[in-house]
Amino acid sequence: MVKPTKVTNSIRVLRFAHGEMTQAELAERVGVTRQTIIAIEQSRYSPSLEMAFQIARVFGVPLDDVFHYPDGEAS
Amino acid sequence: MAVVSACGYGTYVAIILGRAGTVAITEVPYAATLLWIIGGAIVATIVLHIAVSMASPGDIGKKDQRDREIHRYGEYAGQWCLVLGGLAALGMAMAEVDHFWIANVIYLAFVLSSVLGSVLKIVAYRRGLPTW
Repeated sequence: MVKPTKVTNSIRVLRFAHGEMTQAELAERVGVTRQTIIAIEQSRYSPSLEMAFQIARVFGVPLDDVFHYPDGEAS
Repeated sequence: MAVVSACGYGTYVAIILGRAGTVAITEVPYAATLLWIIGGAIVATIVLHIAVSMASPGDIGKKDQRDREIHRYGEYAGQWCLVLGGLAALGMAMAEVDHFWIANVIYLAFVLSSVLGSVLKIVAYRRGLPTW
């Protein structure tokens, strides 16, 4: 079965805080498709570490401000 | 891909069953039909892929990391049908079953592999990749 990822993110909030950046604009700056940004925002896809850093760099914030993992779920 | 494979297989079965009216099914000439159907399916897949890519607006058709992961997942999962078909064909060859059935089991395995892989890719696009 498809389990939803435990990784959550604040991409939607960050986009609006950065001049209401569109999903298409973010996708272009990261170098992925808009569908991938939609899937990440809806927690249907966990990006690679490299893509996660690229997204954080677009917003100019640390990785932890974009992606979150619940405490006590390391295993 | 799934549609082309399924349509190709449907056409093939219809042609073979149509010829089998008067003779035993294992006596029906199938090899040329099978090769033409496989060749046609490959050409149709390429042509459709190009047509869809040209007709799609914006970044549809552009592939990124997620597309590649979903493609790999679908192909990997679809391989199971090929493995099972290969094992079935191996067993049938050892049991000296008629060549007609061995060839058709292998062709069916290719079709099922293609259909399963495509369906899993569509599910992965809509609901996300499974996590392990």
